[in-house]
Amino acid sequence: MTGTETHGGGVRPELLRIEGITKAYPGVVANSDVSFAIGEGEIHALLGENGAGKSTMVKMIYGLIRPDSGQMTLRGAAYQPGKPAEARRLGVAMVFQHFSLFEALNVAENVALGMENPPQMRELSARIRAVSEEYGLPLDPSRMVGDLSAGERQRVEIIRCLLQDPKLLIMDEPTSVLTPQEVEILFKTLRQLSSEGTAILYISHKLEEIRSLCDAATILRRGKVVATCTPRERTAREMAELMVGATLKTPERRVAEKGEVALGVSDLSAASPIPFGTSLKGISFTVAKGEVLGIAGVAGNGQDELLLALSGELKAAPDKVRVASHAVGDLGPVERRKAGLVAAPEDRYGHAAAPDMSLVENAFLTAGVRKGLVRNGFVDWAETRRFAEEIIAAYDVRTPGPDVAARALSGGNLQKFLMGRELMQGASVIVINQPTWGVDAAAAASIRQSILDRAGEGAAVVVISQDLDELLEVSDSFAVLNEGRLTKPRPTEGLTMDQIGLMMGGAHGMEVAHHVG
Amino acid sequence: MLRLEKRPSPSRFWLYATPPVAVLLTMVVGGILFATMGKNPFEVIRTIFWDPVFGEFAFYLRGQLLVKAGPLILIAIGLALGFRAGIWNIGAEGQYIMGAIFGASVGLAVFPTESRLIFPVMVVAGAFGGWVWAMIPAILKTRFNTNEILVSLMLVYVAETILAKASTGFLKNPEGMGFPGSRNFSSYPAAANPELIAGSGLHWGGVAALVTGVLAYILLTRHQAGFQIKLAGQAPRAARFHGVSPTRLVVMCMGISGALAGLAGLFEVTGPAGQISIDFNTGYGFTAIIVAFLGRLNPLGIVLAGFLMALTYVGGEMASTNLGLPDAAIQVFQGMLLFFLLAVDVLTNYRFRLAVGAH
Ligand SMILES: Nc1ncnc2c1ncn2[C@@H]1O[C@H](COP(=O)(O)OP(=O)(O)OP(=O)(O)O)[C@@H](O)[C@H]1O
Ligand SMILES: [Mg+2]
Repeated sequence: MTGTETHGGGVRPELLRIEGITKAYPGVVANSDVSFAIGEGEIHALLGENGAGKSTMVKMIYGLIRPDSGQMTLRGAAYQPGKPAEARRLGVAMVFQHFSLFEALNVAENVALGMENPPQMRELSARIRAVSEEYGLPLDPSRMVGDLSAGERQRVEIIRCLLQDPKLLIMDEPTSVLTPQEVEILFKTLRQLSSEGTAILYISHKLEEIRSLCDAATILRRGKVVATCTPRERTAREMAELMVGATLKTPERRVAEKGEVALGVSDLSAASPIPFGTSLKGISFTVAKGEVLGIAGVAGNGQDELLLALSGELKAAPDKVRVASHAVGDLGPVERRKAGLVAAPEDRYGHAAAPDMSLVENAFLTAGVRKGLVRNGFVDWAETRRFAEEIIAAYDVRTPGPDVAARALSGGNLQKFLMGRELMQGASVIVINQPTWGVDAAAAASIRQSILDRAGEGAAVVVISQDLDELLEVSDSFAVLNEGRLTKPRPTEGLTMDQIGLMMGGAHGMEVAHHVG
Repeated sequence: MLRLEKRPSPSRFWLYATPPVAVLLTMVVGGILFATMGKNPFEVIRTIFWDPVFGEFAFYLRGQLLVKAGPLILIAIGLALGFRAGIWNIGAEGQYIMGAIFGASVGLAVFPTESRLIFPVMVVAGAFGGWVWAMIPAILKTRFNTNEILVSLMLVYVAETILAKASTGFLKNPEGMGFPGSRNFSSYPAAANPELIAGSGLHWGGVAALVTGVLAYILLTRHQAGFQIKLAGQAPRAARFHGVSPTRLVVMCMGISGALAGLAGLFEVTGPAGQISIDFNTGYGFTAIIVAFLGRLNPLGIVLAGFLMALTYVGGEMASTNLGLPDAAIQVFQGMLLFFLLAVDVLTNYRFRLAVGAH
């Protein structure tokens, strides 16, 4: 067979064929006898729950790691890239799930680093500008990457690939940090590329996106291909159920009586500690016991700063932040946790977790105080390990055990672990930035469920997210963060899309029609 | 073609195999170096590594090993704590000198009073002297964000100048017939740090080194501060999220390493050296950097590495007196050890792969 069938029934010439690929890591088989094929110009989805082996598969195609066995064929010729540069030479490009950029270099220099024969900086900058304008991904080539938001970093990666004029573009969860509008623009780009004959191998947990974008899908479960389908002909729910091999349950909310104010923030202003970050300007809100406040907004509008100001990494005057009646504005993270406030930052590699430390050590990272894991300054590692095991069991974290390094977990599994770590500390105030970034549909549902459960038990929860569906599903009240300012929170119930649109007002870029396609 | 590939997680095997392999490579390449100098390489290597422990004069040289290893271990452990946290105190040599001067000054100020309190107070003063000297780069770093590597290093030369002033001026022995150098502590029992068991080479400094090794090990593996040190070194943002204040960490790590270096200086000046003199310092503070890395920044590893490095000192001295090897050759030899260590260390985080199809 030399072609793959498209949804239209036509046959595309085959570009890449994967046959019987197997890859094992200590304790897990990440890919087991995986086979599928991608046609030229085809947009092919790779689906599967967290830890199913999607990233591992595409890393092998990109030459980052080598399969233990099996073959790949690119345009009929044996294909075994020994390193990414080789893959790139043969027309395979990749946008990573986690950025591989150097923070101390600017955009153009980062792009140049990935090229075999980089042109003069000035010429390269001009090309970056041209491509970024052509595809509607605004980017200043002279900005330092360290100063860019997650969304902007993503653009660097995408543009870096587009400059190479690839035959196959691999995208590992490219949209997790993009706004709906940016996603729409990206999809236009991808469709255009596809019509020009560039195939795209696309990984995402956002199944509605997959339905609107992809021609075909291969579904992995625990490293094996369990199904293939045409996404347009399936519902998102059907695909999710194929992924997990079980039926999904929708989060249900227990009605909690609203109690007294648990978290009060009044007129909080703070300069951003992040260069080129967004300063917070006069933020005020309260969250009652049992209430979930959803904060919407486009990334880079002060979300990271708000989290830092609430976690205690960024301090203010004492009465700017109150936990119940306790003024905590001038306290650091440890004292705030003691007072009952826990926080979960968005960036899991290096901020929320130390990638090279074990899950046990990462459990201690924030849980030491509230779980009583420190006695006279000494860490009770046995007890910490029990807590880590508890999280792993409760949040279905797929890992050989609590002693593996955090970086050995798949992205979504680490996210589940980190959510569990904060949600299982019995805190009275919980602040989470992007709770379900990179998490599969089933796990996202269970994380949202536990957020609702904590609220049901009387915790005050603040969820910062770019996913409107998520916010509407979990929150009791709703506010928008825009350029460091927060709108007045309003009850979510009865909020119409028009009203949300009005609240978004100046919040450019975040579309009201949030469903893509 | 061979290429380097990052390991998914650091290799435990190479973590422990690196030091022995580095020692072996140093012996081989050092042997070649000695051969080109017209020496019999096997004889030199035997003189350095074998004779001090098992040779004819081992009864004396073994004690010398302990004398040299003590300060190296004491200093290296302090440095390692900082290195783990990403705080680079390169000026332990200066802190060592200042510890000796502070401690000796206290003893000499009360000469010839006899009291059992004198020596303990000198110990405290020695640690304080090293601590003060380390606080200068620490405070400059936390206040003005200066680079602690440069500042601590430059302060070594300031300390050396003060040392010269002390031995020719304010600490000069009034009964020394005009020669530079302070009174000798061996003739002032209340302030002396003699061998605890005759011929063993063990003095209070050695005891302090071994005790510190055990305490530092417990600190790193069991104590919250040890966790914070490791966390800050590996993931600074996660450390801030955990609740470590970078300022406090710098002050703590620089303080501990300074105080330990100061202690080493005090034990040395009151014991083996005996007096403050212009050439009192012999580079322990710099060699301890090699010892810290050779010991994998792990306190127990550092104890072993300290003895190994002492071996190159003692054996090297033997080689230069018996075989006429220049001192510089021994220093090259010690430098090679660090070089190979860092080179082989790459294998802990990377592995070689035969790249098929690559040009
Ligand atoms: N470097 C590694 N060392 C050990 N195990 C690993 C490593 N990388 C991945 N794994 C394991 O391989 C399995 C597949 O991981 P992979 O990253 O491919 O999942 P994924 O499908 O991309 O998941 P996600 O949606 O969460 O990103 C997981 O069980 C993971 O723990
Ligand atoms: Mg992945």
